[in-house]
Amino acid sequence: MITTSGLTKVYRSRGREVTALDGVDLHVREGEVYGVIGQSGAGKSSLIRCVNLLERPTSGTVTVAGQDLTALAGRGPRAGRELRQARSRIGMVFQHFNLLSSRTVQDNVELPLEILGKSGKERSRKALELLDLVGLADKAKAHPAQLSGGQKQRVGIARALAGDPKVLLSDEATSALDPETTRSILQLLRDLNRQLGLTVLLITHEMDVVKSICDSAALMEKGRIVESGTVSELLATPGSELAAALFPVGGEASGADRTVLDVTFHGEAATQPVISQLARTYNIDISILGAAIDTVAGLQVGRMRIELPGRYEDNVVPVGFLREQGLQIDVVGQEALLVKEGAK
Amino acid sequence: MTWSEMQPLLSQACSETFAMVLWSTLIAVAAGLPLGILLVLTDRGGLLQNVVANKVTGQIVNVGRSMPFIILMVALMSFTRWVTGTTIGTTAAIVPLAIGGIPFFARLVETAVREVDNGLVEAVQSMGGNTWTIVRKVLVPEALPSLIASTTTTIIALIGYSAMAGTVGGGGLGDLAVRYGYQRFETELMWITVAVLAVVISLIQFAGDFAARSLHRRGARSGPAPRLRLLKAGEPAAADVDKVA
Repeated sequence: MITTSGLTKVYRSRGREVTALDGVDLHVREGEVYGVIGQSGAGKSSLIRCVNLLERPTSGTVTVAGQDLTALAGRGPRAGRELRQARSRIGMVFQHFNLLSSRTVQDNVELPLEILGKSGKERSRKALELLDLVGLADKAKAHPAQLSGGQKQRVGIARALAGDPKVLLSDEATSALDPETTRSILQLLRDLNRQLGLTVLLITHEMDVVKSICDSAALMEKGRIVESGTVSELLATPGSELAAALFPVGGEASGADRTVLDVTFHGEAATQPVISQLARTYNIDISILGAAIDTVAGLQVGRMRIELPGRYEDNVVPVGFLREQGLQIDVVGQEALLVKEGAK
Repeated sequence: MTWSEMQPLLSQACSETFAMVLWSTLIAVAAGLPLGILLVLTDRGGLLQNVVANKVTGQIVNVGRSMPFIILMVALMSFTRWVTGTTIGTTAAIVPLAIGGIPFFARLVETAVREVDNGLVEAVQSMGGNTWTIVRKVLVPEALPSLIASTTTTIIALIGYSAMAGTVGGGGLGDLAVRYGYQRFETELMWITVAVLAVVISLIQFAGDFAARSLHRRGARSGPAPRLRLLKAGEPAAADVDKVA
């Protein structure tokens, strides 16, 4: 639904060049919620703003719903008619809501319809319908300043949906909200995604957002996408930074002669009593350093950090046993160990 | 001089001032609003970025803004004759007043429009709105409270300028105060004129503030309403009428 290839954005100011996007290839499938996560300055904001060409990419292409937007852009900073039409089919919600304070809630939602040239009757029918959808039917005549942050964002979402878009871009939509409100807004986005088949591309710096609603995710660092995939793929990828961040378990090794393993259970494996089997089969004592069970993108996932006596070399067989059970095993600190051995 | 002698003089002066200020304000607002918006749009990073046009317009506005009004009035004489067919009288005074008011108002409009959150512009761009839509539906309505405050300031500045209209036989309250109060030592009439001016200015300021505030308060947004004070350094203020002459 959304594809970017080789997307590059370089900002030039006073002879200095800053590369915000460095060849980003992104692929968002139709009907999914795709989260781009990264720290501030990683380029995620530039990325989402390049998708509807609020920001002109320096090079690379953006295709939304089969339409190459970069080809429509033309030269110069002004958006031509075709690009504006394409934009009207892409909804966007903003971190700071960007509602017009001079208009009522209903008039704010009607604004995109005015731009599309819809009649007054049709506009008000559609606006009220959308306000009802986001649960604000009773606030139609209020002004934005009379609403709470969460309500403002609901208006922002209703407004973004006014043009019947197939794609919704969310630029840190929940970052200015408290945790409770964040949850309800995310729930709303998820519902809209399901009910309307809306494809959602969201950027965020909060792992919880990805965890609660995303089907797929990408991690951005310094203008590049360093990891991407569906959430279940990511969780199944050994050593995935995103997976570890999505689902952190704590706990330090109690001594030097210990092996610490991160065991991830999903699907079938979660139902097997593997730890007690391991202890019985190999007659070893296992300490559990940390464990958690959570729902990530609608999947039940468990993760456990366990400690086995002895160094990694002594535990190759038990680790193999665990892998045979269909568990995903990440050996904590193994890389450091291998480097040390290489030095010997 | 008795009240019955003063009264017709005063009422005629009032209607002359009213005519001069009304027409020149209308023209200044009609021309200054697009000019001020254009100054924002053509600026670096603006929607219609055109640095050369911006610099040139900005310079013209600056010169027009800092030109002493009495000199502007003399300098524009031939233009005034071309427009109105005469260089003396109330109608003739409206031309330099309007021309002086345009850059004054344009700068105030520029400041007001610049304060509109760029996020709102982006939001409308993301809906597919063009520049004209952005001006009409975002910049002007969102800046409206400030624009009203700017108009108030412009009216009051033009009342101040109009005091000098006597130079070209434009009449008005300022002229009355100068001719009778200063040249004929009718101190009483001068003070009455000053009092009338003070009352008129206070009423305009009050009405302007009220309008700006009531628009601004739609939805009880926090923070004070925009307020542009009437007396600013460098502006000939209406209360200084006697000194100007």
